[in-house]
Amino acid sequence: MEKNNKLSVNIAGVEFNNPIIAASGTFGFGREYGELYPLSELGGISCKGTTLKERPGNPPPRVTETPGGMLNAVGLQNPGVEHFINEDLPWLSKQGTRIIANIAGSTVEDYCRTAELLNGTAVDMVELNISCPNVKEGGVQFGVTAEGVEGITRAVRERCKKPLMVKLSPNVTDITEMAIAAESGGADALSLINTLTGMRIDINSRRPIIRNNTGGLSGPAVLPVAIRMVWQVCNKVKLPVVGLGGISTWQDAVEMLLAGAVAIQVGTAIFTDPYAPIKIRDGLLEFMDKKGVKSVSELTGGVRPW
Amino acid sequence: MKPFDSRQCKLLAARELSPGIFDFTVSCPELAALAAPGQFAQILVPGHTLRRPISICSIGRETLRFVFQVRGEGTEKLSRYRPGDDIDILAPLGKGFPIDPNKRTLLVGGGIGVPPLLGVAEALGGNAVAVLGFRNRDLVILEEDFKNTGAKVLIATDDGSYGHKGLVTDLATGEDFQVLMACGPGPMLRGAGALAGERGVPGYLSLEQRMACGVGACLGCAVALTDGEGREYFGHVCKDGPVFPMDRLKEV
Ligand SMILES: Cc1cc2nc3c(=O)[nH]c(=O)nc-3n(C[C@H](O)[C@H](O)[C@H](O)COP(=O)(O)OP(=O)(O)OC[C@H]3O[C@@H](n4cnc5c(N)ncnc54)[C@H](O)[C@@H]3O)c2cc1C
Ligand SMILES: Cc1cc2nc3c(=O)[nH]c(=O)nc-3n(C[C@H](O)[C@H](O)[C@H](O)COP(=O)(O)O)c2cc1C
Ligand code: FES
Repeated sequence: MEKNNKLSVNIAGVEFNNPIIAASGTFGFGREYGELYPLSELGGISCKGTTLKERPGNPPPRVTETPGGMLNAVGLQNPGVEHFINEDLPWLSKQGTRIIANIAGSTVEDYCRTAELLNGTAVDMVELNISCPNVKEGGVQFGVTAEGVEGITRAVRERCKKPLMVKLSPNVTDITEMAIAAESGGADALSLINTLTGMRIDINSRRPIIRNNTGGLSGPAVLPVAIRMVWQVCNKVKLPVVGLGGISTWQDAVEMLLAGAVAIQVGTAIFTDPYAPIKIRDGLLEFMDKKGVKSVSELTGGVRPW
Repeated sequence: MKPFDSRQCKLLAARELSPGIFDFTVSCPELAALAAPGQFAQILVPGHTLRRPISICSIGRETLRFVFQVRGEGTEKLSRYRPGDDIDILAPLGKGFPIDPNKRTLLVGGGIGVPPLLGVAEALGGNAVAVLGFRNRDLVILEEDFKNTGAKVLIATDDGSYGHKGLVTDLATGEDFQVLMACGPGPMLRGAGALAGERGVPGYLSLEQRMACGVGACLGCAVALTDGEGREYFGHVCKDGPVFPMDRLKEV
């Protein structure tokens, strides 16, 4: 799509052509959906979570449907950050979209070294995944206490030369504490929410449907939780917030922007309709034109709370 | 050209083949032109987050045929579609069967695993033996369709109410074939794999796994594979399969 200044947004110094970003883990490294439309149609892509060393992922079943959504426990299967840099990034960086590397790890040092390896690369931004609920040592231990969030953010911030976005877990008592901790630790932006831990059981076999027993809930069912959390966080921190969780229509996207987000990510909705991100972008633009809104940033935080 | 795409496809014909098993023919010239036997489609059921993976049963010039069994809410809703309705189909997906009409092929199908083999029999132009198993006489489907391809067709039922009483693999005794292709329940696939092993011919098995994207992006549909050097790793049914050479599978 041609550059449309109405839709462009700046997040932590990085210019995005439009505020629609594919969510980590739902879009791979872009190759599959890149068969359907030019990736330059998207503002950016948050790549599948990558770790210092290759990870095999969890045994199947890894996904199942739930009312209004799905559970997943993929378990961060990925070929390792060096493979990402050598095999995926050269192609991705030619697609005319912003590239966000989503990184995870089991130790602070893992995270830091992964971030360092990305320093000299074409990646536009690093998204710190401290909220994956599906691997024992997938970083969530850093994401559920304020000390943990601040500590890992600060450690990675020192060694990461890219703008750093911290992705928050909704599986906490008060997400604003985590947001404040990430801000103190030196984050440049926040993204939220990751998945909510959930579970389904097959009543005949009495086995959990997901082999990992529990999985992360995503899709339309989590939208109200995500909107609420983004709104709460935006009231507490000054950092730009990228909102995600259950967005499947342009109306959902507008809601998320009004709650305070500067941009949005689309994940699970892509499984229902691979063209969802593009339809959301077009619907958003049409809405803005109809309402005389000249820039997406005019929508950000525009909710009028009672 | 896109290798797969999502389209609104008009349902041309819908029929209940046997209780709970439906036969749909949809109009989709662009997708049909891309499809190969053994590939599958991700069918949208409105109101549901995840599409339902259904194998392509047969490929027409401008149509695709799907045969599916009602298993839960999604397939139940799908079964209520009527000719004239539009269905949102993402297809063709995955890797199908490697078809060589010069090789006599044994097709081993069980129950709702039978339909995807019909397209294979058609593409083989008769150079096939189809051994098809069902629970009982009422559940036998597609026998005529298979015969019309020119293939030799042998039927088994679990209770003996039609054809041979017993396992489909029993029916292969005395049959000559250079390659085996199978789709059906786990125990049947194990039997088919063992048969290919005994005969020393390559075997290809079509697998199922729960899916989200269906295109290889989410890594949801893992299957344990081994590479040439015996290294084990998780591949993905939607992209690496659903049809796998049996020697690549860690277990069936
Ligand atoms: C590659 C492939 C090809 C298939 N081809 C056919 C076919 O040609 N004909 C046919 O009748 N069935 C086929 N199936 C099985 C079919 O996908 C399931 O029966 C169907 O998804 C069940 O949906 P439901 O809503 O009725 O059941 P529910 O149990 O309500 O479904 C809940 C969730 O589980 C998933 N699910 C349940 N069972 C299966 C299963 N066996 N495999 C994968 N996902 C499942 C559903 O897709 C859905 O996301 C195929 C499966 C795969 C993976
Ligand atoms: C199959 C799947 C895999 C995911 N993998 C990752 C991942 O690797 N890293 C990450 O930060 N989030 C991951 N997520 C979470 C999503 O990026 C997103 O935060 C969540 O799904 C909520 O958004 P949605 O409802 O739009 O999908 C994954 C989600 C799904 C469904
Ligand atoms: S279903 Fe997404 S990778 Fe197979």
